[in-house]
Amino acid sequence: MAIVAKVNGKPVSFEAEPDTPLLWAIREELGMTGTKFGCGIAACGACSVHIDGEITRSCSVPVSDVAGKSITTIEGLAAADGTLTALQQAWIEHQVPQCGYCQSGQIMAAAALLAKTPKPSDADIDAAMTNICRCGTYPRIRAAIHSVAGTSPATAA
Amino acid sequence: MGMIRRTFLIGGAALVGGGIFAVQYGDSSARSQAGKLTDGKDGHNFGTWLRIGEDDTVTLYSPHTDIGQGSNTGLAQMLAEELDADWSKLSVVSAPAESAFANVVLGKGFLSEMSGYPGIIGAMPMSLLGMVARQLNLQITGGSSALRFTGQQGLRVLGAGTRQALIETAAGRLGVPAGELTTADGKVLHAKSGKALRYGELAAEAATRSLSAKVALKDPKQFKHMGKSVPRFDIPAKVNGTAQYGMDVAKPGMRVATVIAAPVRGGKLISVDQKPAMAVAGVEKVISLESAVVVVAKGYWQALKGARALAPKFSDGGHGLISTATIFAEQDKLRAEGKPTKTAGDGDVDTALKAAGVKVIEADYKMPFLHHAMMEPFALTAHYKDGHLDVWGGMQDPLGAKAAAASAAGLGADKVTFHPMLIGGSFGRRLPMYMEIVDQVARVAMQVPYPVKIIWSREEEVSQGAYRPQSSAKLTAALGGDGKIAAWRNDFAQPEDGLREVPFFYDVPAVARRHFKQVSNQTVGAWRSVNATQHGFTTESFMDELAHAAGADPVAFRLRHLKPGRHRTVLEEVAKRSGWGSPLEPGRARGVAMVECFNTIVGQVVEASLAEDGTPKVHKAFAVVDCGTVVNPKAAEGQILGGLVMGLSSGIGEAITLEKGAVQQSNFSDYEVLKLANAPVVDVHFIDSGAEMGGIGEPGLPPATPALANALFALTGKRVRALPIKDQAKA
Repeated sequence: MAIVAKVNGKPVSFEAEPDTPLLWAIREELGMTGTKFGCGIAACGACSVHIDGEITRSCSVPVSDVAGKSITTIEGLAAADGTLTALQQAWIEHQVPQCGYCQSGQIMAAAALLAKTPKPSDADIDAAMTNICRCGTYPRIRAAIHSVAGTSPATAA
Repeated sequence: MGMIRRTFLIGGAALVGGGIFAVQYGDSSARSQAGKLTDGKDGHNFGTWLRIGEDDTVTLYSPHTDIGQGSNTGLAQMLAEELDADWSKLSVVSAPAESAFANVVLGKGFLSEMSGYPGIIGAMPMSLLGMVARQLNLQITGGSSALRFTGQQGLRVLGAGTRQALIETAAGRLGVPAGELTTADGKVLHAKSGKALRYGELAAEAATRSLSAKVALKDPKQFKHMGKSVPRFDIPAKVNGTAQYGMDVAKPGMRVATVIAAPVRGGKLISVDQKPAMAVAGVEKVISLESAVVVVAKGYWQALKGARALAPKFSDGGHGLISTATIFAEQDKLRAEGKPTKTAGDGDVDTALKAAGVKVIEADYKMPFLHHAMMEPFALTAHYKDGHLDVWGGMQDPLGAKAAAASAAGLGADKVTFHPMLIGGSFGRRLPMYMEIVDQVARVAMQVPYPVKIIWSREEEVSQGAYRPQSSAKLTAALGGDGKIAAWRNDFAQPEDGLREVPFFYDVPAVARRHFKQVSNQTVGAWRSVNATQHGFTTESFMDELAHAAGADPVAFRLRHLKPGRHRTVLEEVAKRSGWGSPLEPGRARGVAMVECFNTIVGQVVEASLAEDGTPKVHKAFAVVDCGTVVNPKAAEGQILGGLVMGLSSGIGEAITLEKGAVQQSNFSDYEVLKLANAPVVDVHFIDSGAEMGGIGEPGLPPATPALANALFALTGKRVRALPIKDQAKA
């Protein structure tokens, strides 16, 4: 039985078996590849999406759980004409990505943080940004979040 | 061949000195083959890597894979600099994985590093070097080589030579002496007459000229593109989800497969009952390979469920008794037998150690296997149709991948096309000689009528790695009454020596660095900065131990053993920038380390404390870097801070351990990678020494771990000699 939900504002109907992780339904059924597979056990965050506004690691949520819910992926952040959000622009401004593979998830995590905490402290950022970046772009991720929030890093870091 | 390419990867010595520049023009057959691939009726190929369109577009066919280090942007800056190209019309694409695009300059670079006789290589004709590069399938990214070899010795020369051909063509058209012509932003200009000719309208004729190898390169004072923090080309697609990696390949009718390989490296598949997998909805096929089982399904989840339902029987290849402990024991035994595989250094260490009045200090260090843990697990797609095999994915060596796929499929190289995709991290892991998935996907594709994508699970990725080898070292030194080191001996055991790659630069009268070659069943890989991680940790930890034994400040003690020169300057600068010696808030301490590799010297100071659970936290880090010349400061800074974070991550928490021949870790849950909360604020400073260009992708990593271990000693008095650090410095 199809599972009906919304992805980036559009109604979708997933045909996947109910236990299929949302990640694979998004990637293989909808063909939207911005959401990445990293670990499969919710440890790395590369697959982060928003479900009804909550940051969620989609590799560990069965597609059956999202019936009737509204999902936002990295593809859904920018405006319909492709205009990037201030957060995405800050990512370019600070030249954050290196290999870039984890950055969809990092940006989704940062967007969720800023939606709830528009002026995050370093401690807020530490607590919210738990996705792994093997290239080690963390210092620039922190700087990009502060710049878009108009906050500054603690001086005594 | 594997050995040769491996040697290149670990090479780090300077290239042919004295400003002799090689030219990547290719021989005539390569040019003609490349031309067929890139020329249209509206564009023209120069020296295989460059195409100028009649519409003035300039395309660089990069022979490197941008793994995320920004090298393609840097290479474009170097080409544009000498060509005087119009930056707005320049783009970079991956060179086709065809032998015409083999990296001749890299061939020259690594052959000279390998032979130790650069004079001979320097005298070799480029056509011969090209032949060698093509035979070795050389299209590699590694050895921090892109800008220092391909850029500096290839693309700058190609840009300058092409610019000269364009000027000569314009001189003929305008009927003026070439000396009256200048170039800027994609045009040849004649100031006297005010006339200008676009590169696009000169390209067809200029491409028929033979390019001169004797071209003057610009003085750094004239640089317009090099040295600028140009935004990287690849970043916009990486913030909106449109960047396409090997994992993202989708083809009509494609199936997805996953793999279970023998848990003990060297083991073979004995038998597998396919039924439990075939009973999983969506599973279509179970394929047995020599040492792995592949489950092919409609999608990844079904393939994974199918694979997990199987209970394949594997042999252990005779390696079932190997463990972390047995490897260390074997290394100790080799040291005790005292027959080194290779020795480097000068002076009579034995006599100096026995001299009257010296204090002899000893320390033993242990380092674990490390996994690359790149964020994108292996994913390759292949389709065999009408006698031709297409392969899509991200590899550090597309030409090598093509050769490996052809060999596995039993096809000629002309029957295989490799399509390079973006790479989600590599750090040395994605090289075809130890990337079994190339072999797997080629073999599976030959057995099925549809395109098939193999994805390795993270569990497979972690437990089937090509690891930084487990290593140990016994360091012994004689400390003289003058507070200086009289003798230094490093007896280290691991697969490779890394002696040329990681120079010992301290001024010590008697040095013996003795390598005891020890191998296990594990696959050895080039892990970011390769052997510099082990040498960096042991040398810089022991320098710190000697400083304390001599009652000296660790920076002052190192300076005692450095003559004026680049190393001394780097150390003094990092001490100054970090406020070395100034008071810190309670519970914090500083540590210092300096390592040279890939012709780049990096000094680092970290400020660390201990968290309540006894694990270290680094608050601030300072890096001073002498890589000769910086092409793109912002991108280079990113590489140094990324390397530093990866170095801290590995030093604090990472280890691959073995039991009964098999890896015990399986995912990020038990292979602990540093997260943002524990990443320091990093200050990176470059010294523009004008020395021969060094690498930038790797040298930021090695000093981080010893700098931290040294800081922890300053903080707690506990010396951590076995990595990872974890909570060993706990009170």
